[in-house]
Amino acid sequence: MCGTCGCGEDDHITYRIPGEVNLTHVHTHTHDGLTHSHEHAHHHHDHNHPEAHQHTHEHEHGHSHTHTVTLEQNILSKNELIAERNRGYFEGSQVLALNLVSSPGSGKTTLLERTIAELGKKIDCTVIEGDQQTMNDAERIQKAGAPVVQINTGNGCHLDALMVNKAMKQLELKRKSILFIENVGNLVCPSLFDLGESRRVVIISVTEGDDKPAKYPTMFETAQLCIINKTDLLPYVDFDLDKVKAAAARVNPRLEFISLSAKTGEGLQEWYNWLQKLHS
Amino acid sequence: MAIFVTKILVMHELSIAVNIVELVEEAARSQQAENVSKVVLEIGTLSGIEFDALTFAMTEAVKGSLLQKAEIVYDIIQAVGVCEECCHEFPTDDYFTVCPVCNSMHTSFIKGKELKIKSIDLVTND
Repeated sequence: MCGTCGCGEDDHITYRIPGEVNLTHVHTHTHDGLTHSHEHAHHHHDHNHPEAHQHTHEHEHGHSHTHTVTLEQNILSKNELIAERNRGYFEGSQVLALNLVSSPGSGKTTLLERTIAELGKKIDCTVIEGDQQTMNDAERIQKAGAPVVQINTGNGCHLDALMVNKAMKQLELKRKSILFIENVGNLVCPSLFDLGESRRVVIISVTEGDDKPAKYPTMFETAQLCIINKTDLLPYVDFDLDKVKAAAARVNPRLEFISLSAKTGEGLQEWYNWLQKLHS
Repeated sequence: MAIFVTKILVMHELSIAVNIVELVEEAARSQQAENVSKVVLEIGTLSGIEFDALTFAMTEAVKGSLLQKAEIVYDIIQAVGVCEECCHEFPTDDYFTVCPVCNSMHTSFIKGKELKIKSIDLVTND
């Protein structure tokens, strides 16, 4: 059952601003073998189609021919097309869009809360939150003082360019602002999906194994910055900073690193400097 | 239409599979094909796709589509790295690509990232 409105659709993606009823509601449904999705304002209507759409493809006369068509088409071309549209919009409005990826629990939201509270005084910050379920992160971001849209992907393991495209239409993105897109916590699937971001930032925390870059190379290969969070816990864990940097650098020699603690504030200035340099 | 928003997106291979079906159906319809008898895919060994997951996802994604009876051919493309310092090319199976000749870490890939629909066989009736 749809957790938003209680209607019968199992699989849905929602885009919500904390404190408001959901504005857009995307439903996917299948009929006659075709899956399609559509968005509508929050009202209910029946998705059943009373008339069958089937028609036969058999013909009694003539005969069939087979011919080969060379497509040479990138399977993700549709996503990439929308990602480029997003990117064009961001460039045109001078928005620095960052795709933040990590495993669950690395401290992405805490880092954003602190960034909004501190850097947000100088630069307008806006957030798109991606999670399978709940408004928890969006509520935290809103409390921190930034406009936010929560995308709940339902069963989805990643955000794609279309979801970001829809979500950003619900935000009044200001010129020369920073848009943080907090992806679904997952180090595998989001790496394949370009959202149109200016930079991809991978975040790991010192409570995770220092072999993360070796285990999940795709994510480290496609990122430009690696944030190592929770450095305040370094004395208590077996996490070798140099080892993780060396492992990540083998996958991606151009990867930049910032070690910080979103809790104590250590290293945050370096992160703000990185953002301000790209933003200017 | 937005097919990225699929029924069950529990793994990214399924959304890849749904994308494949959608792109092939579009191409088939544009040529008034009745159905698709063969699809040749090119999948690089470093494309980020778990091959078994994709083949499983494809069996689900083709149901009820023009590809339902199509033979799906998976051309696996072995990754080839190239050293940016000495231009040496070498086959590789992972992202840890130190150049075997000059030991430089500055290497990139010239093959192995493919995620492509190479060709399709369309069946048309007179």
